Amino acid sequence: MDPIVAAASVLAAALAVGLASIGPGIGQGNAAAQAVEGIARQPEAEGKIRGTLLLSLAFMEALTIYGLVVALVLLFANPFA
Amino acid sequence: MDTLHLLDTFNLLPFAELEVGHHLYWHLGNLKVHGQVFITSWFVIAVLILASLAATRSIQRIPTGMQNLMEYALEFIRDLARTQIGEKEYRAWVPFVGTLFLFIFLSNWSGALIPWRIIKLPEGELAAPTSDINTTVAFALLTSLAYFYAGFKKKGLGYFGNYVQPEPIMLPFKIIEDFTKPLSLSFRLFGNILADELVVAVLVLLVPLFVPLPVMVLGLFTSAIQALIFATLASAYIGEAMEDHGHEGEGHEEHS
Repeated sequence: MDPIVAAASVLAAALAVGLASIGPGIGQGNAAAQAVEGIARQPEAEGKIRGTLLLSLAFMEALTIYGLVVALVLLFANPFA
Repeated sequence: MDTLHLLDTFNLLPFAELEVGHHLYWHLGNLKVHGQVFITSWFVIAVLILASLAATRSIQRIPTGMQNLMEYALEFIRDLARTQIGEKEYRAWVPFVGTLFLFIFLSNWSGALIPWRIIKLPEGELAAPTSDINTTVAFALLTSLAYFYAGFKKKGLGYFGNYVQPEPIMLPFKIIEDFTKPLSLSFRLFGNILADELVVAVLVLLVPLFVPLPVMVLGLFTSAIQALIFATLASAYIGEAMEDHGHEGEGHEEHS
């Protein structure tokens, strides 16, 4: 592999995961904060809130995973190698 | 994904290896298939069939043991389908959603719980079937087919009316959505399971004992959640395709 391409791929992989985790991090924080607020206000709804929260957290996590997939492709299946 | 290469640095370490993209290829006619995925899928299928046979061999009025477990699983899946699809239509879709859920759940857990490494293959290694993109893409495309079928069966050509609900300006987004749905479904499952296995593999590579355990437990948790997510989303898409826009509000109450 061309060293420049290799260096660029490694950098790009790191950026892909790093940048992709910012947004979902903020989103998950917001969602968890709202869920805690909801439980504090209405403790009897805890089960429902927890289920919905876990589901939506997994949705947000998927966004980071897309970045991870791009990073893995760059590292293990680089089309420019 | 076929040409995934091994990171050479990992290969130099003696006590553990990280294998990505080495597959056991079987040649069927002109097709090249990933053999290790087939072996683990067959194992999962065999476990599911044996479990259902054991559960239904002698059905008791008061369930015990295996029958109890399977009835619990069935009720769980039925509730899932009912909340997403709605009281009226969910019955016909319980088998589809249940198959998806049970197979994905068992595949994910088989990758984490069964020490596949004991079995040596000439090339590649056994892992969860869902950590191969072909498996997850197949599931996602099946889900697409299922929700188109559900929509057309319920409404006929009127299904295309969905594309211009609530506003005609939504048309391009709705068309794009038809492509992004299977894409996100397949990538989400594939990425999560592969990430789990890679994280565990990397940690085992660094510290072989005890340290990877918490991450493995976390992996079990995320694997179960991912199976649940896939089944929930599949039934939500099916429910959405069958939703009646003629009577506003009626369909939405069932979704809560």
